[in-house]
Amino acid sequence: MKLTGAEILCESLTRLGVRHIFGYPGGAILPVYDALGKSKLHHILVRHEQGATHMADGYARATGGVGVAMATSGPGATNMVTGIATAMLDSSPLVCITGQVSSKLLGSDAFQEIDITGITMPITKHNVVVSKAGDIARTVREAFIIASSGRPGPVLVDITKDAQQASTEFDWDASLPQIPLKRARNHFDQAEFDRAVDLLNSAKRPIILAGRGIILSGAMKSFERFVRATEIPVAMTLLGIGCFPASDPMNLGMMGMHGEAWVNHAIQESDLLIAVGMRFDDRVTGDLRTYAKSARKIHIEIDRAEINKNVPVDAALVGDAREVLDKLQPFLVQPDRSPWLAHIRELKGGSAVRDIQSLPDNGHLYAAHVINDLWKETRGEAIVVTDVGQHQMWEAQYYHHNQPRTLITSGGLGTMGFALPAAIGAKFAKPDSEVWVVAGDGGFQMTMSELATIVQEKIKINIAIINNGYLGMVRQWQEFFYDKRYVATPLVAPDFAALANSFGIRGERVTSRADVVATIRAARESSETVLLDFRVEQEDSVYPMVPAGASLHEMIRRPNNPLVETAAEP
Amino acid sequence: MQTLVAYVENKPGVLNRVASLARRLAINIDSLTVGPTESEQVARMTIVAHTDAKGGHRLEASLEKLVDVLLAENISERSVLDRDLALIKVAADQNSRPHLMDLIKVFRARVVDVAPESLIIEVSGTVDKIDGLLEVLRPFGVLEMARTGRIAMTRGSDLLRPPAAQPKTEELETIASSSKVIEIT
Repeated sequence: MKLTGAEILCESLTRLGVRHIFGYPGGAILPVYDALGKSKLHHILVRHEQGATHMADGYARATGGVGVAMATSGPGATNMVTGIATAMLDSSPLVCITGQVSSKLLGSDAFQEIDITGITMPITKHNVVVSKAGDIARTVREAFIIASSGRPGPVLVDITKDAQQASTEFDWDASLPQIPLKRARNHFDQAEFDRAVDLLNSAKRPIILAGRGIILSGAMKSFERFVRATEIPVAMTLLGIGCFPASDPMNLGMMGMHGEAWVNHAIQESDLLIAVGMRFDDRVTGDLRTYAKSARKIHIEIDRAEINKNVPVDAALVGDAREVLDKLQPFLVQPDRSPWLAHIRELKGGSAVRDIQSLPDNGHLYAAHVINDLWKETRGEAIVVTDVGQHQMWEAQYYHHNQPRTLITSGGLGTMGFALPAAIGAKFAKPDSEVWVVAGDGGFQMTMSELATIVQEKIKINIAIINNGYLGMVRQWQEFFYDKRYVATPLVAPDFAALANSFGIRGERVTSRADVVATIRAARESSETVLLDFRVEQEDSVYPMVPAGASLHEMIRRPNNPLVETAAEP
Repeated sequence: MQTLVAYVENKPGVLNRVASLARRLAINIDSLTVGPTESEQVARMTIVAHTDAKGGHRLEASLEKLVDVLLAENISERSVLDRDLALIKVAADQNSRPHLMDLIKVFRARVVDVAPESLIIEVSGTVDKIDGLLEVLRPFGVLEMARTGRIAMTRGSDLLRPPAAQPKTEELETIASSSKVIEIT
């Protein structure tokens, strides 16, 4: 059967199980769009190509499948860069397809020509230029395998216009992927394995550091078995949230810069860290010289390049989290963990437990109120997609996730503007799920044009803007470390409710605590997208906080200031 | 200094990926040589990098994550034979020529070009040997030099070979579509 390259692309995507493509057309990708119109693929027209990549990313994070984004050459492709980097840093499987000028024009600075494979080389797992129609099917198949295998990541396929237009014989069965086979590196010798088992079974004060690798591996059941067998308490990375139920007594909560104080103290006092699918990011370790000094370390990690990168470890089990945990399972002995667990309870009791909900209404609306109410109203079952900043940390602290893939957030790159488009992608992936955007007034303004995409696609999500009139997290750093010199952080925003209205979306401003629950309920009951503009306390800060470069136990705690005091025993 | 050997797909852009990776890891490459292997599809690289053992490990592991890199191996701690080749154009007149010829003999180098005012000397060997020859040639006036950079091979039965077999396609795709993890990290 003779097909054009563009038709082959659409046919290949269809055969690979793709149903949604997030994209934006343009000259160099026009043949593909013509073919798309004749295919069964659902194309979602975005308002900016960055939005397309975040949507594909949100789609991938919500399901575990591959998200697909598409753009034209030149500016279309360069607009994808931030979204691709976001996916790379958080190991999100993406296939980005870009149009490219005709192969005979390559290198001639033709209109909208840019070397996008050169630009994205360090921020993709792999990328490739295709200049022959006959190579498209094979390359796209390879892209899907590479994006989703091992440690997942984004793959960019740049297809020249002549390759899209040329007709060639289409033979799916002959277009076999040709990915070079690597040596099986995901192995460790018996000695390494035995060392890990010995460390595990002899530790007195162990802590598990649970990361996104558990979710990516689908290791949730194995992980739970492992925790039950060892009775080792679990600390979560931001991206690990959901891999183990927040409601489980063994789940201590989030670690790191804005982690719970008792979690950070417990890590510092531990004698063994078992890191599973996490990479000892500087935001979770603080100063490496003082990090968990008396602890031995076991690292269970699929990416060999992460071993000993930041923290030297005593045993490295390189491999898929589920496989490694299952291999360990038969060798685990359950020790008496009660002294250590009792000590952690003590640490927790000694900490000021945040219980903002028990405070009487003093006329102030705190972001934590909003997020905690949102948690209660949705019974913790919604998919919450956050932006980056204070609200993101408050979400991690006050919304308790029991299911994997229900918190979607940009961790590694910390990309402002991520929330709204990623939530749209998540909604397409999980149309029956309740999806909430939690974004700040800063980040929301970066990609709010995607409100039009919501309207055009007639989807229903809920949007909560935590509006404090500042670039809050930066303001907080200025408050703590720059003598409150608020340079470039006070922020003018449009009337978000009126803005939503102009798009044909219902919007509402909420200024008092008494109205929070009612507006959340109304938004949930509405069959259409609703935007809620929560005007919260302007100069609230996220506590505790480990200043950048400080030791993990050196946290700035919530000051005893009635305006922001939220500490109370539960 | 760390020495790595890599087998890579012999296609455009691969050298760029390898060099770009070293740049991203802030590792300075001392020398990088690429040459063909017995397979047309595969090229072999020897990379000498200014870094410590930790950096060497990171470079090795990160290199092997590149799809186009078939195998990367840090051979710094292994028994290795390594060679560098240099062409050295040195000033040579009637008076200095005999003395130069003696030195060339001592270093087991060869004269490959003779001109009235200069010689081109070809020498191969370890980096130290070539540096040594250079040292003694310098007083005569080294006019120009070209060096290949190091190539290295592990000794004896310690074989570095790229994997020959390809994974079964159906297997790959089944695994990919079920989003299960396979070993192409």
